[in-house]
Amino acid sequence: MRALAVAFLALLLAAPALASEVRPTLAELESETRCPVCEGPLELSNAPVANRMRVFIRERIAAGDTKSEIKDRLVAEFGPRVVQLAPEASGFNLLAWLLPFAGLGAGAVAAGVLAWRWSRTREPAVPAPVVGSRNGRGTLEPELERRLDEALARFDP
Amino acid sequence: MTSGRLKLGAQVLAVGFVVALLALLAWKLVTDEGGEAASGAAPAFDLPRLDSEGSLSLASLRGKAVVLNFWASWCEPCKDEAEVLERTWQRYRGRDLVVIGVDANDFRGDARRFARRYGMTYPLVHDTQGEWLDDYGVVAFPETYFIDRDGRIVGERIQGPVDGSVEVEEQYERGIALALAE
Repeated sequence: MRALAVAFLALLLAAPALASEVRPTLAELESETRCPVCEGPLELSNAPVANRMRVFIRERIAAGDTKSEIKDRLVAEFGPRVVQLAPEASGFNLLAWLLPFAGLGAGAVAAGVLAWRWSRTREPAVPAPVVGSRNGRGTLEPELERRLDEALARFDP
Repeated sequence: MTSGRLKLGAQVLAVGFVVALLALLAWKLVTDEGGEAASGAAPAFDLPRLDSEGSLSLASLRGKAVVLNFWASWCEPCKDEAEVLERTWQRYRGRDLVVIGVDANDFRGDARRFARRYGMTYPLVHDTQGEWLDDYGVVAFPETYFIDRDGRIVGERIQGPVDGSVEVEEQYERGIALALAE
């Protein structure tokens, strides 16, 4: 019974992906390909070649091509760069991959240092008992202590 | 005191990081300018033919002068200059000068139709990956280079159509003369 439920759930999740592969839309393909001239996503490009690519995609969708087939045709014409949306992890582009992790690392170090400093500045808030003090919280100025003793003496019976 | 030094250190580090990123960006922009191929040895391409079977390499043309024109079928100015390039090909082909059209960022079918429509009979190749655009430093279509018999880029590259103005036409003739010089 459980296996049946899992299989049903898998089918439910796979159905949209399958539909997208078999019957792709222009919007989907525009978001998954890029313009070879401006190198940005096709959906954001108004370059002449991008407009031509849209016409081509519409024609291929109308002809019944799957998403993979349309992408393969675009790769045959323009090379794999048109379906690679993320920058290649080499050379200067490596920065795009490394900088987020470097930023995360720097943020973690900064948070650690701040937490450490914060905990150190909080420590003196609980002073250690002072030896020689009546209540263990430190001694008063001699003059203040004298006046306090006088005042308390008035309440003595 | 320690807190102040720590704060100053963090500020210096942050400013240093931003300056380093800006320097990297500047370096990238400068190196991407692509002016390197505007002189010196021409990048030795080997590309599939658009107008026939097989491929064409620059190395196979050693000993001949070359007018190398980058174009695409969607490029409006390319329509105007196609006739000039064809005339050059017809006029100089008996004098060891080859006009080559490098089509890039384009559908091959569109490029072939364009070539038929504008009567381009000179050799055409297709740069599928667009890799030679970077190697030659092509900024926009059309762009034309002159390569001498020893495979060196000579003259001034023409950015825009070769018949754009009287000055450009003179620059074009000068480029051809330099490429043909013994």
